Amino acid sequence: MAVRLGEIRLRRYPLGPGMILVWILGALGMGVAVYRWIFGLGATTNLSDGRPWGLWISFDMMSGIGLAAGAFTMAAIVYIFNLKKFYPIVRPTILTGFISYTLAALTLLVDLSQPQRIWHLIIYWNVHSPLFEIGWCVMLYTTVLALEFSPVVFEALGWKVPLKIIRAITIPLIIAGVTLSTMHQSTLGTMLTILPDKIHPLFYSRLFPLYFYLTAIAAGLAMTVFESFHSSRTYGYPFEIKMLSRLVKAIPWVLGIYFVIRTAELFITGNYRYLLEGGAPAVMYIIEMVGGVLVPILYFSDSHTRNDVHGITWGAFFTMGGLILNRVNAALIFMDGSFYLPSWQELAVTVGLTCLGLIMFDAAVRFLPMFPEPTPKAVKRL
Amino acid sequence: MPISRRDFIKVAGAGLGALALPASPVSANSIEKNTDETASMLYDSTICVGCRACQVACKRRAGLEHQVDPSGLYEMPHDLDSRTWTIIKLYKDQETDSFVKNQCMHCVHPACVSVCPVGALEKLESGPVIYHSERCIGCRYCMAACPFSVPKTEWEKPLPFIQKCDFCADRQENGEQPKCSEACPTGALIYGTRKAMLDIARTRLVGEDSYVQHIYGEKEAGGTSMLYISDLDFTKLGFPEQSDVSLPDITWPYMQGTLGVIGVMVTLSTAIYLRTHRKGQNGNNGNNGNNGDNQPPKGKEA
Repeated sequence: MAVRLGEIRLRRYPLGPGMILVWILGALGMGVAVYRWIFGLGATTNLSDGRPWGLWISFDMMSGIGLAAGAFTMAAIVYIFNLKKFYPIVRPTILTGFISYTLAALTLLVDLSQPQRIWHLIIYWNVHSPLFEIGWCVMLYTTVLALEFSPVVFEALGWKVPLKIIRAITIPLIIAGVTLSTMHQSTLGTMLTILPDKIHPLFYSRLFPLYFYLTAIAAGLAMTVFESFHSSRTYGYPFEIKMLSRLVKAIPWVLGIYFVIRTAELFITGNYRYLLEGGAPAVMYIIEMVGGVLVPILYFSDSHTRNDVHGITWGAFFTMGGLILNRVNAALIFMDGSFYLPSWQELAVTVGLTCLGLIMFDAAVRFLPMFPEPTPKAVKRL
Repeated sequence: MPISRRDFIKVAGAGLGALALPASPVSANSIEKNTDETASMLYDSTICVGCRACQVACKRRAGLEHQVDPSGLYEMPHDLDSRTWTIIKLYKDQETDSFVKNQCMHCVHPACVSVCPVGALEKLESGPVIYHSERCIGCRYCMAACPFSVPKTEWEKPLPFIQKCDFCADRQENGEQPKCSEACPTGALIYGTRKAMLDIARTRLVGEDSYVQHIYGEKEAGGTSMLYISDLDFTKLGFPEQSDVSLPDITWPYMQGTLGVIGVMVTLSTAIYLRTHRKGQNGNNGNNGNNGDNQPPKGKEA
């Protein structure tokens, strides 16, 4: 298990105009975040008493964590269901998960009024609060993700003892990760169920926990397609289309169940009348359900589109966009409150954090054995 | 259509619920709390003359900064905010006008208390909902969850806290009434037990046809400590049309279901793992007992 220095040196850092822009936007975002910590939310955001949650909660937190669900889904598929053929995409997916959760924690630090007290979550408990559960799950799951990812680092460093230890507890770790994810992915939905009179009936549901869980699984899988797309475009890794197309076959099932239940709910509760009324809620509802749910189902059900690089990538984009639209509709656009558009500072932080995530991902791809070539020889060495 | 929705949840919960939904929702709050002897206030908009004595008395007692009009002569806040825990607002249309007092409703089942992740908000047995600023992390979930949008925050500060009416809990403990009701010169705002306030409100409604025959706060959001009667539609006075659902009752079954989710997910994952990793199973490296399963597969599958 040598440090494959030669291999690392061969990896080219994708330093082009795009990457330079990512660095600049990342730095700008961090700068604005520091400015926000010094001068406060009032001076930097368009949040107000009538709009206490904005872009950071609905997009960065709720959508970010939802899109990171690929980490637990892939871990379960490979380690629990023993479908080893998907192994090559486990590492980048877990890394994406870890980065997303780190970014979610950073977002929380930017959004909290009293960020220096985030540790209060550990000492003051309120088991009635969905956010309490989410806080704990995110803390624990970020640790689990770090541990799940640590073998990659240990391999690169050639540390055999920690590698052995972590290998010995892999399965319990994976099970913990799957459980924690199921808990907080659904509890993010529970968080919004307490707003029955504030969220528009087309978007509010008592079944939020189930919806959030299902859409997170679908979008998490779609995210793995996006990662492979990014890695193949940027680093020239092979786009594992056959493997990915087999993986995304699950998406029509997951989104199909979601679509059927949500549509049934619409008619059972009588809320379809808001669709007939028209207006912005009806239009957005249709965009969300058609563009973010039906279109991905069609894309991934058809084996031709699924096995086509463009088809599968577009399908993934629609699935991810569907999740983002779903979260933003429920937690921002159709939640009662004062008029709100994010300030440039809020946008800068959101963009900056996303860029920070890209920088972290690219650094890992460059320095760590992210895409192992599982030749028999390599397996023996492990 | 609350009933059909509830029924639907039961059906869906039974079918698919094991993962994200507790199959049999049990509620901690569904047992009706006896609120008869808890502290309460009754505001009668037909008596209020809009003198704002309550508003000013509140600011004095809570040490809140005055907000003055451009001339600097009048205490003139525009809405509840971090420096205004209670406010008298005017409703006016072509035919009529009326004042209305806003402040924390001190719900019987407060959503804010239930959602606060660090327990910074507390519902006292005696009625008031109070805020422990030393715990607050500033997530502002209370602001989002409050059906009456009462909690406000100090946006202009680098480290803002939540600000809201505390029902003069300290004064009540000393046997005194809240400052606002004490200051009210007309009796538009009176203080007493919730039962006494409801009795007075009912008596007034029966005696006078001009009242809207509804006590706002008796059932809204599962009941509130602050009760209102008026001769105007409550939505005109700025009150939200609020269902009678106790909001914490919605989330609590899910939170209780968490333990079930843990149990189901751990058992299910372990069972599937054991089943898929039996000897001779495809994809297994055959290195049983030594966690060899966690290594990459031998052959590269396309």
